[in-house]
Amino acid sequence: MNDPIIKFDKVIKRFGDLTVLDELDFEVGRGEKVSIIGPSGSGKSTVLRILMTLEGIEGGVVTVNGEPLWHEEGPDGLRPASEAHLHKMRTQLGMVFQQFNLFPHMTVLRNITEAPVKVLGLSKAEAKGRAEELLELVGLADQAQKYPHQLSGGQQQRVGIARALAMRPNVLLFDEPTSALDPELVGEVLNVIGRLAEEHDLTMLLVTHEMRFAREISDRVCFFDQGRIREEGTPEELFTDPKEDRTREFLKAVLD
Amino acid sequence: MLFGFEWDLSSPAAYAASILPILLIGMWVTIQATVIGFIVALVLGLVWAVLKAAPFRIISWPATVMTEFIRDTPLLVQLFFLYYVLPEYGIVLPAFMTGTLALGIQYSAYTSEVYRAGIEAVAKDQHEAARALNLTPARTFTHIVVPQAVPRIVPAMGNYLVSIMKDVPVLSVVTVLEMLNVAKIVGDRTFNYLVPLSMVGGLYLVMTLVASAGVRLLDGWLPKQGIPLK
Amino acid sequence: MQLTDYIAPLMQGAWVTVQLTLYSTVLGAMLAFASGIGKLSRNRAINAICVAYIELFRGTSLLVQLFWLYFALPLAGSAMGLDLRLPPVLAGVLALSLNIGAYGAEVVRGAIAAVHQDQREAARALNFTERQTLWDIVIPQAIPEMMPPFGNLAVQNLKDTALVSLISLGDLTFRAEQIRNYTQDSTTIYSMLLVMYFGMALVLTVMMRGLERYVTRWRRARS
Repeated sequence: MNDPIIKFDKVIKRFGDLTVLDELDFEVGRGEKVSIIGPSGSGKSTVLRILMTLEGIEGGVVTVNGEPLWHEEGPDGLRPASEAHLHKMRTQLGMVFQQFNLFPHMTVLRNITEAPVKVLGLSKAEAKGRAEELLELVGLADQAQKYPHQLSGGQQQRVGIARALAMRPNVLLFDEPTSALDPELVGEVLNVIGRLAEEHDLTMLLVTHEMRFAREISDRVCFFDQGRIREEGTPEELFTDPKEDRTREFLKAVLD
Repeated sequence: MLFGFEWDLSSPAAYAASILPILLIGMWVTIQATVIGFIVALVLGLVWAVLKAAPFRIISWPATVMTEFIRDTPLLVQLFFLYYVLPEYGIVLPAFMTGTLALGIQYSAYTSEVYRAGIEAVAKDQHEAARALNLTPARTFTHIVVPQAVPRIVPAMGNYLVSIMKDVPVLSVVTVLEMLNVAKIVGDRTFNYLVPLSMVGGLYLVMTLVASAGVRLLDGWLPKQGIPLK
Repeated sequence: MQLTDYIAPLMQGAWVTVQLTLYSTVLGAMLAFASGIGKLSRNRAINAICVAYIELFRGTSLLVQLFWLYFALPLAGSAMGLDLRLPPVLAGVLALSLNIGAYGAEVVRGAIAAVHQDQREAARALNFTERQTLWDIVIPQAIPEMMPPFGNLAVQNLKDTALVSLISLGDLTFRAEQIRNYTQDSTTIYSMLLVMYFGMALVLTVMMRGLERYVTRWRRARS
């Protein structure tokens, strides 16, 4: 892969005695849509949380757009990143959370405009214009003045997507975006994500349990197991002809 | 001179050392007032809690209003009321007794809420189970509710014990010689308030730290799931 | 002196009590926010100052604090060559606010700590700075949680104002004491006094409930 936008190089992540990522090597190309699947506790979400700078790493190097994420170039090589460096690097990334994590004390519109105004320094009018376009995109143009608790879970997650997009990230991370939803609400969220995947050159990294959806939208699917990528390939290869026993077992268990 | 101890004003340190025994005598009165006030609050609070839980509104309603009234009016005024009004009806108590009674009454309004909350928290969960087991209401209360409510009640009561301790200086207004009053008298006589009042502050810190540690110790020692019954 | 003659001085005293309560509650709330947030600070010095303040004022008695500020502070000041004699109003407001502020600090700290970690993560993902996260995201969600205990503290503060009568500040209790000394009519005067405090506490409670409804209005929006 030439010039990957995301690169994990022998990344180690531990929680106490538990090694969650075990010298993980992993790359995502510019504009690529990659799905990560695998059993719970395999470290899938941790990959996203490290990229979003919500979790630090214990070893290895993560680069985003050619620049180390958790390190800075110092006089004697790499040193741990300062908050200022993380702040700069985060401008390239956005995240959609499993539990939506909308701000309950702000209207839908304010949820979307707050960061563009406060962080990017947009004027209120600019931010509002951007938010209205995005609400149109996710099909919630008429809900702008409501508070999150007045919306269904599916609607809240669509606001979550609009909120992340409002920051114009290069990479959008989806952390099990439909796992907290009632089954009948999953479709509307997947529709929005699918449309984004089709119409935008955004790089997308998606942790999901929705196998059929992963198969539809992804350029590549990675099967995670015990802190490593056990197998990866195009959706066709991985879903129809998995090479590894572990992959086959997992797919058999979740698809049946 | 106070309580037979002379003060030595030659230096602040000598002054502090010479009045320490006097302040400790005051501290002993503070501790006594705290303990007695606490006991009154525990007993009277239980009475309020039972009255407030009564099935007849003619009993529960006045009890609720009364505890609200006690809770929303200052200890100092309640103390004045007891100290000056009771004698008009022929009830003459020593100042110390009046003071501890006022402390107990004020805090009974708070402790009654602790009893109510502690018992309700347990009763809700366990009431149906006890019914299913066909226990009598009395047996349910003594064998199921109380052993489980006590560990919930103790920490909150402990906090009120510390609060009562900090309110004891109010009793100085009716001439009780607790620690602050003693320090004030020493200050009045020596024209130096700084040393005795600062010492009272320091001694208070020690007392509240010890009392809080004691409460935490008791709390840690009580089994959280309830007191085991043999 | 007639019963109706009590009214005017008592009202004067009540007005002083209302002002004392207002000033010390507002100042106490500011102290509570400053030290409650400071206690969560990673800056060692700020943290130590806030912890020391909170422990000192929660660990000692309000009346001791009041007497110290009124009787002892001037002596400490003259030892340093400063005139720290406080007028009773200032000593009273200061003691009341410092005391209630220390209790309020624990409320503020607890409410801020109780805001869910998810909210901080969302703010971080949107690249808010720590300061923006605190003031924009965390504190607005913590304030509703602070309101019920703040209501209790405000009533506590109203009751505590009675103690300033002991440094001859002309509040409600002080006026009542003056009248009692003159008339010896203890039963009437103290009954009136208790009822007046109760009335003020009820009004204050209603006002705090109103404030609570105001800061939680976003929670009640209905579709």
